Amino acid sequence: MSEHSDHPGRFDSPESRKRVRQVLYALCTVSVIAEIFVKRYVDHPWEALPGFYAIYGFIACVALVLLATELRKVVMRGEDYYDDH
Amino acid sequence: MITEAPFVVFFVAAALAAVTRGHLRGAIMVAAPVIGAFNLYNLPADTNVQIPLMDLTLELTRIDKLSLLFGYLFHLAAFLGIIFALHVRDTTEQVAGLLYAGSALGAVFAGDLITLFVFWELLAVTSVFLILARGTERAYRASMRYMVIQVLSGVILMAGAIIHYHVTGSIAFEYVGLQPLDSGLAGLASWLLLLAMGIKSCFPLLHNWLTDAYPEASPTGTVFLSAFTTKVAVYSLARAFPGTELLIYVGATMAMFPIFFAVIENDLRRVLAYSLINQVGFMVCGIGIGTAMALNGAISHAFNDVVFKGLLFMTMGAVLYRTGKMNGSDLGGLYKTMPKTTVFCIVGAASISAFPLFSGFVSKSMVMTAALEENYPTVWLALLFASAGVFHHAGIKIPYFAFFAHDSGLRPKEAPPNMLLAMGLAAAICIFNGAYPWVLYSMMPFPVEYEPYTAAHVLTQVQLLFFSALAFAWLQLTGRYPPELPSINIDAEWLYRKLLPGLGRWTAAWGALLRDGALRLGRAASGEVYKLITRHGGPEGTLARTRPSGYMALWMTVLLSVFLVLSFLE
Repeated sequence: MSEHSDHPGRFDSPESRKRVRQVLYALCTVSVIAEIFVKRYVDHPWEALPGFYAIYGFIACVALVLLATELRKVVMRGEDYYDDH
Repeated sequence: MITEAPFVVFFVAAALAAVTRGHLRGAIMVAAPVIGAFNLYNLPADTNVQIPLMDLTLELTRIDKLSLLFGYLFHLAAFLGIIFALHVRDTTEQVAGLLYAGSALGAVFAGDLITLFVFWELLAVTSVFLILARGTERAYRASMRYMVIQVLSGVILMAGAIIHYHVTGSIAFEYVGLQPLDSGLAGLASWLLLLAMGIKSCFPLLHNWLTDAYPEASPTGTVFLSAFTTKVAVYSLARAFPGTELLIYVGATMAMFPIFFAVIENDLRRVLAYSLINQVGFMVCGIGIGTAMALNGAISHAFNDVVFKGLLFMTMGAVLYRTGKMNGSDLGGLYKTMPKTTVFCIVGAASISAFPLFSGFVSKSMVMTAALEENYPTVWLALLFASAGVFHHAGIKIPYFAFFAHDSGLRPKEAPPNMLLAMGLAAAICIFNGAYPWVLYSMMPFPVEYEPYTAAHVLTQVQLLFFSALAFAWLQLTGRYPPELPSINIDAEWLYRKLLPGLGRWTAAWGALLRDGALRLGRAASGEVYKLITRHGGPEGTLARTRPSGYMALWMTVLLSVFLVLSFLE
């Protein structure tokens, strides 16, 4: 991926990165389909919604990152912020 | 069989380490936690070492299931940390490390508040040297801020203990429970004790000492630091404040807010420091719920956290040791030359993210299940959010930006053998406790009836994690993920690192201005008065003027003439 690379590593080529992503997509799909076959014990009504954990996990992470990006606008400073008195 | 109070073994080892060097010192250091654990194992269950102090009795060693679990945990943490630091040739750091571990043991076996206070302060004083060992100006400044806050926490603890003694007549370190503030001295004592423990366990807004100081410590020092101070605080909360409802919300907040900072933080050890607070949040929440399941969850999570957080700090310590860099923006692609460290980092990441078969899975979910069972659905949602967030910043971000991401061009050597051994042992414990949790469960203070490996639990957790990873992939692909930038983020510490010094400077500046003004005004006023006096009374003044005597005769004549005229008028 980089001009520094003296020997390309296993995870450097765009193809291998794509393969990693494809494995992830497959795992996501399987985990959602598997829900049909697993009897769920439910503590909370929301848990009974199909794919609740999948949707919540995805939304939580996107919300986390987007909010953190907004937070950065407020709190980010230069590395020497506390040094210059 | 001669047995000793657990901290004694470490203090003696520290004294021996101070006067030896080389391999002998290394052997003493490795032997300390091994002998210590053996000593602890042989301590009779009714051990009660008491020392009279004036009319009080100090209880140096109190053995029960709770203190024993933390006791073994600290021996394990010290053992791993010492092996990881075996290559270090710094007397101060090594001796301080042993004293620090000993102080933590002293604190968890303390049966009274005075003994607790003594070890509480010793924890602060000994750990400072692990930060100073980095040898940089930044580390020095951070260590001083750290020390002030830690010692302050001890002083508050002491104040609470004295008032508590005044009210109850007992210094025993037992359940305190939060009393309402308006209930007089008893209320004040309980709030002071909670505040002292709250500072050490990083309650929101009191948390910055950790994210400030831990990332500035030496590569090996941070591994030690991450194990003891916060866990002593968690132990104290579990002993004094179980079932305190306030802690549920405090814990949920602690689990939530640090992950936002972790996502945008560049220093990877500071990312781990934020995630340490986030994990302690789960424990505090469990202590607040206070049921047997929740407390078991909190305590077993403390155990697992020491190992997997220690492992993650070790992998980052190895990277820092080999590359001298710790910012995500400077690292990347290290898997090529540090493959073993990479694998250990991924094991630590999987454990903290609570992947099935890794240690976090069997402990974190106990707290969350307890939250639902005790009818705190909002808290449960918050913890679920925090779980997804942990995977995001500690599970993916740490290994990704250090070992993968863009190739930084760095080609460091693999970590030294002692570091690899320590990381390997920690990784093995993470997997063992995850795959076979019954040993850990058997050590819990309450009987456990929890079955972590149900098909439903495994599946829902896997869904949560896979889709969090999917979110990361999507955000990266679409360029929405905040890039690693050389920067720092201001947090609550801004109050005492910027606002307070700023206010000080502002006050000083205005003070100087006022002083100058007053001086000038004073000088001007006194000048005017002086001038007035000299004009009239000075050598050239009106009163000192000399006049010719003829002048006098003339005026006398005028005066007498006036008299004469006046006498005619009568």
